[in-house]
Amino acid sequence: MTTDVEAPPPAKESPKEEGFLTLFLKNLWSANTVTVTFLSIFLALVVGAILIVVSDSAVLSKFAYFTARPSDALGSSWDLVSAAYADLFKGALFDPASFQAWFNHTGSWQQAFGPISETLTYATPLVFTGLAVALAFRGGLFNIGGQGQAVMGCVFAGVAGFAFHLPPGLHLIVALLFGLIGGALWGFLPGFLKARTGAHEVITSIMLNYTATLFLGWLILQKGVQDPTRSDAISKTIDSSAALPALPEPLRVHLGIVLAVVVTAGVAWLLNRSSFGFELRAVGANPPAAKTAGMSVARTYTLLMVVAGGLAGLGGAAQVLGTADKLTAQVAGNIGFDGLLVALLGRNKPWGTLFAAILYGALRAGGNLMQVDIGISLELVTVLQALIVIFIAAPAMVKAIFQLRAARSARLGASMSKGW
Amino acid sequence: MKAERQEIPLRLELRGITKRFGDLVANDHIDITVEPGEVHALLGENGAGKSTLMNQLYGLLQPDEGEILVDGEAKVFKTPRDAIAAGIGMVHQHFMLVPVFTVAENIALGAEDVRGGPLGILDRRRNRRDVLETSKRYGLPVDPDALVEDLPVGAQQRVEIVKALTRDVDLLILDEPTAVLTPQETDELLSVMRGLAASGKSIVFITHKLREVKAIADRITVIRRGRTVATATPDTSEDELAALMVGREVSLEVSKSPSEPGRDVLKISNLVVDDDRGVRAVDGVDLTVRAGEVLGIAGVQGNGQTELVEAIMGLRVSRSGVVEVDGENLAGMSTKKILRSGVGYVPEDRSLDGVVKEFSVAENLVLDMYDRAPFGNGFKLNPKAINESAAERVTQFDIRTSSAASAVSTLSGGNQQKVVVAREMSRPLRLMIASQPTRGVDVGSIEFIHSQIIHERDNGTAVLVVSSELDEVVGLADRIAVMYRGRILATVSPDMPREEIGLLMAGITGAESAEEEEAE
Repeated sequence: MTTDVEAPPPAKESPKEEGFLTLFLKNLWSANTVTVTFLSIFLALVVGAILIVVSDSAVLSKFAYFTARPSDALGSSWDLVSAAYADLFKGALFDPASFQAWFNHTGSWQQAFGPISETLTYATPLVFTGLAVALAFRGGLFNIGGQGQAVMGCVFAGVAGFAFHLPPGLHLIVALLFGLIGGALWGFLPGFLKARTGAHEVITSIMLNYTATLFLGWLILQKGVQDPTRSDAISKTIDSSAALPALPEPLRVHLGIVLAVVVTAGVAWLLNRSSFGFELRAVGANPPAAKTAGMSVARTYTLLMVVAGGLAGLGGAAQVLGTADKLTAQVAGNIGFDGLLVALLGRNKPWGTLFAAILYGALRAGGNLMQVDIGISLELVTVLQALIVIFIAAPAMVKAIFQLRAARSARLGASMSKGW
Repeated sequence: MKAERQEIPLRLELRGITKRFGDLVANDHIDITVEPGEVHALLGENGAGKSTLMNQLYGLLQPDEGEILVDGEAKVFKTPRDAIAAGIGMVHQHFMLVPVFTVAENIALGAEDVRGGPLGILDRRRNRRDVLETSKRYGLPVDPDALVEDLPVGAQQRVEIVKALTRDVDLLILDEPTAVLTPQETDELLSVMRGLAASGKSIVFITHKLREVKAIADRITVIRRGRTVATATPDTSEDELAALMVGREVSLEVSKSPSEPGRDVLKISNLVVDDDRGVRAVDGVDLTVRAGEVLGIAGVQGNGQTELVEAIMGLRVSRSGVVEVDGENLAGMSTKKILRSGVGYVPEDRSLDGVVKEFSVAENLVLDMYDRAPFGNGFKLNPKAINESAAERVTQFDIRTSSAASAVSTLSGGNQQKVVVAREMSRPLRLMIASQPTRGVDVGSIEFIHSQIIHERDNGTAVLVVSSELDEVVGLADRIAVMYRGRILATVSPDMPREEIGLLMAGITGAESAEEEEAE
């Protein structure tokens, strides 16, 4: 016997028709990842402004009599910060003054496009190393070895660039392929060790970073590699037939950025449209289910690290064939490690990584001008980059600061610590 | 020192409890009254909002609206501590015990008797005495010095109950307590519940098993989609209760014609498999499954069924023995090859092995065929074919989803399982292996999945069903093999009385039952 309880009236429903604008604003203000990314950049600039003021003793001294004449302190702070950020912009995108000069025939177009050229030059290798990290991460691997892979890419591409003497075009392709192979080899090792023995890729790839850097340092002092006219650690110059074609001096941007865009499209295709991409996403999201469905997790890990290593190797090759023309101990700079941050900023998506790399390149190029023009240390740019990453890594904090309503689907990018 | 509460029966009233998670209304104005000394069953499908309701009662969640009245007095529970202070205890579905602690330590945990102030020393002797006293008083035998990890599941549950009772609670919430128990252990638990009710404790018993509800409950509240749809008494028929739970008529019986077994498809001889720790899990199993029949493997979980199935599927290396499908030895074959030779596999742990939750329904439907025509050519995928086939199968298998492009994680457990079933059953099969095919699946989907399995059998596929739910095995199987400690104890007919199968599941065969009991 049952007694039916009368169901209470349905909770207030009737979703009101919402206009496009309200819907747009609502979505914008809900905690989606794009909004969080932009707000993180904004917050980083705010904190950066405070650091700029604090690090300038002249401005800081005016805060000593802040209560007496606050306008002094505030005004000079504003002047300093706005000048600094204006320089950041001018150095990274364009300076209206140099465009004006170009139109008035008092300056050249090279000057007008100089900032953009610098931004893209810095961005190019980061696109590749960022993709190397992002792709591996989608497959569940934390490829911290981008630096070593990029260094090996530099070594292989550089050696191919001065040791072989081939016709233009062909030489470039061979050198790029060598870079790819060098990086792929350095990616294969941790991938294979992970697949076969379960050795954690973080540990092995960190060790291989040191190995690659030390190998480079040793190699450039060897006979046949070292420039015979120099006594310091520097290699022979790469044949011009192997160099990536660049815009005329003093612009530095080269064909590498085009290659980077093409490779980004390729990685996006690989990830979403290929069987291997399907496998790597399945393995990355749920290895036991991938295994149960008949995929070989070990094979996927190995192949994935080979591909990721190859990407980082291409980044190294683009650096040495495009920007530098010799191997030095510092030729790869920090591109591998910056790639980690670029991938995080780009949320491990191919196109996101491309844009993140360009943002990094812009900060770097703008930072140079900021340093030259008003003497703010280039380290500030590093701090800005770090702050952006910190805010992005802590989306809950950004959301709390801006009181974002939680988006329904806000899973805020897999945390980078997943690999542990 | 524990605050001594008066030993008076407790009357609980929930009034208009409402809990929302975003747009989802998990509990919509729920009213329930639990009288003193009553066993009150809370019946509902997975996701109906039972656990949400109880978590509010136990202080793990706070209601958005409504009030909780204990003995007529409105209470607010911010933490479980408040609930316990008001006399409410809870035994969770997943035990909250520390495996490497002893029973007494586990029971003391969180309410330790301490001598000499807050930084004093633990009074182990007193803890132990409390445990023994409570255990004796309610007839719940536990060994205070045993390590929890050494205890069988049924005994661990007793520890949880004793733990709640030592906190002087008068109302005990049991969340799906029988999910992990053998039929015998379930009977024991039911009698313990009766005893507790007789001594004046109230019990809220959360379940979706109709048989148990009818056996024990004084009153039944049925919850569907966050609302109380009915209060019933135990003399309501099972069919009627099921209909209330699901919201439509359902048939609990699996309807099927007698099987027409054909050739031997799966032949296993003397299979030996070790588990992850290297302990023998499958210890010399011989089995044959014929075309057009369902062989059910009954057994309490953890008796080697998982390892047996994984060994067949090439997911686990066997120590020795032979597995043949249509005379072809599967030894050394990859899982991919086995799947493609016409073996369908529904793994027991859906969320771990069955689906990739981040993937869309369409992607999950081709998880093991993505590189084969028409879904791909081994190099690139064919999104058009994948999406078309997905749309078709979503309809055919009644997968309730807003679209085939939605992530599987947004589906209910039953619909996730239908995705797995749809994937494995939409290609020609010789052998179908279904492990726990309806675990965590709602009644409506259970009916559908069962009918699909029988449909597959009637098409001449050999079907192996592994389930720890005896009802399911009895309903589906044409023959039942009972597995205990890595061996097949007996192969019996589904017409055999449940009690006898239950005894076999507990490892008691007719001949040795007497001495086994002696040893216990």
